[in-house]
Amino acid sequence: MHGLTGILDNKGCPLEKQQFTWKEMASRPISKLDDDAFTRVRVILMNGVETDALRLKHFGARFNRELQLPLAQIRRVEQHQATAVNWLLSADHSPLETTVAYEQVAIEVTAAVAQNEPDPYQAQTYRFGLLEDFDHLYRYSAMLDRLEGKDANNILQGYTDIVPGRVTTDHHRAPEDDLRESYDKSQAELITKIHAALITGAEYQTHDYYMNIGPTFTDPVARQLYAEIASVEEQHVTQYGSLQDPDESFMEKWLVHEAMEVYAYSSCAEQEDNPRLKALWERFMEYELGHLNMACELFKKLERRDPAEVLSGELPKMIQFKSQREFVRKVLDEEVDLRTDGVDYVPKEKESKASQTYRKQLNSDGVPAEIASAGYQWAPGTELNDKRS
Amino acid sequence: MEKAAELGHNVTGAQMSPEDTKSLLQAVEKYPPDIKGDASRLALARTEMRKESGPVGSVPIPGSVKGVLKSGFDKMLGKQPELLVDKLGERLAYERTGVRLYEAALAKFEGTATDDKELIPTLRRIRDDEAAHMKIVKEAIETLGADPTAMTPCADVAGVMAQGIMQVLTDPRTNVSQALNALLTLELTDNAAWELLVDLTSKAGHPKIAASFEKALAEEERHVSTIKALLQQQLAAQA
Repeated sequence: MHGLTGILDNKGCPLEKQQFTWKEMASRPISKLDDDAFTRVRVILMNGVETDALRLKHFGARFNRELQLPLAQIRRVEQHQATAVNWLLSADHSPLETTVAYEQVAIEVTAAVAQNEPDPYQAQTYRFGLLEDFDHLYRYSAMLDRLEGKDANNILQGYTDIVPGRVTTDHHRAPEDDLRESYDKSQAELITKIHAALITGAEYQTHDYYMNIGPTFTDPVARQLYAEIASVEEQHVTQYGSLQDPDESFMEKWLVHEAMEVYAYSSCAEQEDNPRLKALWERFMEYELGHLNMACELFKKLERRDPAEVLSGELPKMIQFKSQREFVRKVLDEEVDLRTDGVDYVPKEKESKASQTYRKQLNSDGVPAEIASAGYQWAPGTELNDKRS
Repeated sequence: MEKAAELGHNVTGAQMSPEDTKSLLQAVEKYPPDIKGDASRLALARTEMRKESGPVGSVPIPGSVKGVLKSGFDKMLGKQPELLVDKLGERLAYERTGVRLYEAALAKFEGTATDDKELIPTLRRIRDDEAAHMKIVKEAIETLGADPTAMTPCADVAGVMAQGIMQVLTDPRTNVSQALNALLTLELTDNAAWELLVDLTSKAGHPKIAASFEKALAEEERHVSTIKALLQQQLAAQA
């Protein structure tokens, strides 16, 4: 396995040694101005991973009496890991700037995953969702410019294009058109399982963030825009969540999640430029190996099975944290007009009637994303600085 | 002395990534806006929502009978005591927050090496002035029979405005010049607000209150010039 050789042999850091202080959890943040955008991408992604780790384990505990204590023990550490990670975002990010950064995560990480994903249907799903988050970035960038007078590229640092994707107006689909075919747990490669867990967690976090900060805006259009895009993010959680095999047991999903966390921290550690954060990613990779080891032991004890049944298979290269501009443009050129009909991807004219009806009602009182972005064309230093105008 | 500005590896500007910027500008040309119109659509939506919107909240009815009578009396005279109570509530909230903001600034300055031995005592005096002004306003509100513990609409809005200043002053990363700039914003507004309040109380027929406010206004004028001078010194020392 590339980069994670012997994942099941490495015991990592034992849980009792995974300790924190408050000061260390809420430590010095990154610099919005001087740190590389991909450092922030990793911070946001890993907070999404950790909060999803908590979420999964809470649900698991509701269905498994004998797992309640070990899950509570691991969750406590993960709560503190999530804090240490999320508190790295400096408070000079306005909520809208953080939003732009969230969309950069969604675009660049989903694009990397789409190219690494061996299952063609799953890869298609990532490309489909990608074009919607790509469009969200454009609408939010217009909002940032027109609400705060700020250039989204100060956050994106040139890595990500700020242009329309599949128009947000068309993202609103009936629930039956957001469900996808899942992988088959007995056939799927490990990386396929990891990708589904990773992207579902990241989208879940984005949804929750928009739901929390949306109402803190006073501007009526910004409030509506967050309401609109939070709804799409709920669809994305539905979509990506359904990529996972529902026949997996809780413990199987738990093993996959822990392996995903190891893989994600390992990817971060491999590519991080900021030495302080590199050390943090390495430390947390060791913590996750400890969690994975505990999960494997419980799996053997309770399900009387070999964890290798769930976690076997080669892993391709680490998540590539770099600009995926060329890939995204290719997807934009070729797939912007794709829509869905149930689990199938279809041309625009064959989109499900249920989604069209659903959307017509929802959009009947105006579309916030359109109001915010009418005629918006990114220019260095905001549209007010545009030489063309 | 702490430097007001440092050269370094700021990566936010388009000039830091010329190739990416060129590529981004090509994309902007290739994929033009898909929705017709311009920023005026946002303005129009704001205007429309304004028509449907209610206020932030209301000024509370005075709790005491005396207050009710007094307010009723002023209302008959058409002097709108609720306006005065609202603005007094705003000043009270602002001064109270001001005390806390100076405390935050002091914590920052006490942790910073400086040659200016007068800096901290000066800021302490201003902090104490703000606390004294808070009491003056509280007494004025009580004289009118209103409740100084209520948050009036203007007090609430003043709190929203102060959020940015608070974020700057409590951020351990901001330097002395940046903090003084935040205090200058605070003081300039405070100064103009006291001027308005002296005028308002005077015209509403409360000469005693107006007189006590004039004293506060004189001190606030000194605060503005003091903070401005301190900021000038900080910048001049490094120019």
